[in-house]
Amino acid sequence: MERIVIAARQLEVSYGGTQALRGVSLDIPARQVTALIGPSGCGKSTFLRSINRMNDLTEGVRVRGSLTFHSREIYGPDWDVTDLRRRVGMVFQRPNPFPMSVYDNVAYGPRIHGVRGRGRLEGIVEASLRAAGLWEEVRDRLKKSALDLSGGQQQRLCIARALAVEPEVLLMDEVTSALDPVSTARVEELICDLRERCTIVLVTHSLPQARRAADRTAFFLSGELVEQGETARLFTLPRDPRTRDYVAGRFG
Amino acid sequence: MMSLGRRIYSGAVRLMLWASASAVCALLLWLSGCVLFRGVPGLSLELLTSQESVLHGTVGILPAAVNTLFVIAVTLALVLPLGVGAAVYLSEYAPSRRLAGAITFAADALAGLPSILYAMAGVILFCSALGLQKTLLAGALTLAVMNLPTVIRSTQESLRAVPRSCREGALGLGSGRWHMVRTLVLPASAGGIATGCMLAVGRVAGESAVLLYTAGLSTAMQDFTSLRGMAGASGATLTTVLYLYAKERADFAAAFSVATVLLALQLAIHLGTALAGRRRRR
Repeated sequence: MERIVIAARQLEVSYGGTQALRGVSLDIPARQVTALIGPSGCGKSTFLRSINRMNDLTEGVRVRGSLTFHSREIYGPDWDVTDLRRRVGMVFQRPNPFPMSVYDNVAYGPRIHGVRGRGRLEGIVEASLRAAGLWEEVRDRLKKSALDLSGGQQQRLCIARALAVEPEVLLMDEVTSALDPVSTARVEELICDLRERCTIVLVTHSLPQARRAADRTAFFLSGELVEQGETARLFTLPRDPRTRDYVAGRFG
Repeated sequence: MMSLGRRIYSGAVRLMLWASASAVCALLLWLSGCVLFRGVPGLSLELLTSQESVLHGTVGILPAAVNTLFVIAVTLALVLPLGVGAAVYLSEYAPSRRLAGAITFAADALAGLPSILYAMAGVILFCSALGLQKTLLAGALTLAVMNLPTVIRSTQESLRAVPRSCREGALGLGSGRWHMVRTLVLPASAGGIATGCMLAVGRVAGESAVLLYTAGLSTAMQDFTSLRGMAGASGATLTTVLYLYAKERADFAAAFSVATVLLALQLAIHLGTALAGRRRRR
């Protein structure tokens, strides 16, 4: 029996007057890659950003229904949001390295959470960069500005930075959409490796990427969850006609 | 090949642009040439390092120079934390966009007010109501109020230059808001904030109306060795001493020498701003 890390029940999210999610119920099992697919504006990014409460930053956002992390309500009153975000990390669509050195980028998260001491930080930085497959490329330029790295390197640096606080869940929001095909392939490979370490929720516009990288896939349309299941099954034997049309490339 | 008409048109436009550019340069050269031509001969070590002596009939602007530095220092010490603090609050914390927008609008409006209005307000608030009388401190407080809007606005612009994606990255790692501001946003915008402050320093060094009304016109050396002395110090700065010599005493030689010193000071401040800007871009 798989353990469920994140569970949504009848989740509704709206911005101002616009309903972005309508009654979404979805289970995210541990140590697997779950891909969220669907056309632009279907609510998949909203769902992702609800999990670590990045939606809080948007003015006028309202959340109803239930969304739990280890059976604890994410929007409940007893969460310290900084603690939630340490355990549920996020990598964004565009690489967003901080304007500081490679080393300081990776050490940023551990420092927030009180890790001090050169030896410990150096260990974390190296381990995180290795896990993101970037160590060999940057080991000689740890003190150089992260902004001098290539786009693909920057995105892997952002993954290393997220891994440095040892999250249980990693949310990835179209992380390869700004990258060239070679960098995309490297990041996809990395995603497959990372499932050993944490649970991954992956929003993607690329159906081939979902097929290659995800164990499970959920298809969103107009704020509703249309269908979910094992990736292979969803792509080969979709139950809903809308899913069939989407995975066949007929719209979106 | 361009037609004749187009060539004439293009030549005329080029000539007009060239003429306006040269007019700007010529004006600057003429102004500074005038000042330097009449001011440099009067410059002497004695002028720069002594105070005025009625007995010997000599002119010295050391007190005015010291007063100027004092006013700049006090104004900056007040306006920097207040202005940057207010800007950080408005950009990063303000609970409602509309409130922040209203305050920003008010700051823009205040920044455009003529300085003489600030002078009147300073006289009423600091000189009379708070009992500071005509002192450099009252002058510096007034100048701090006057420069607050522009420092707030320039700081806001620098903060805005830090991309939203960077902020989200920090918050996504579990950073608190203040930690993010302190370790990411402020360091990234420090160059822009410094440039804004240098411009404020330039305005303080060049301001005369406010100080004429609030800071006094004494040309004697003030006591800056104790806090009590600093609070009570009252006197002319370089700009107001220039007014004093030119208008009240008709000593134009001295006035032009002071103007030369002011010109050098402004040049130094603008070079400083340019250097801060260059470091920021790097």
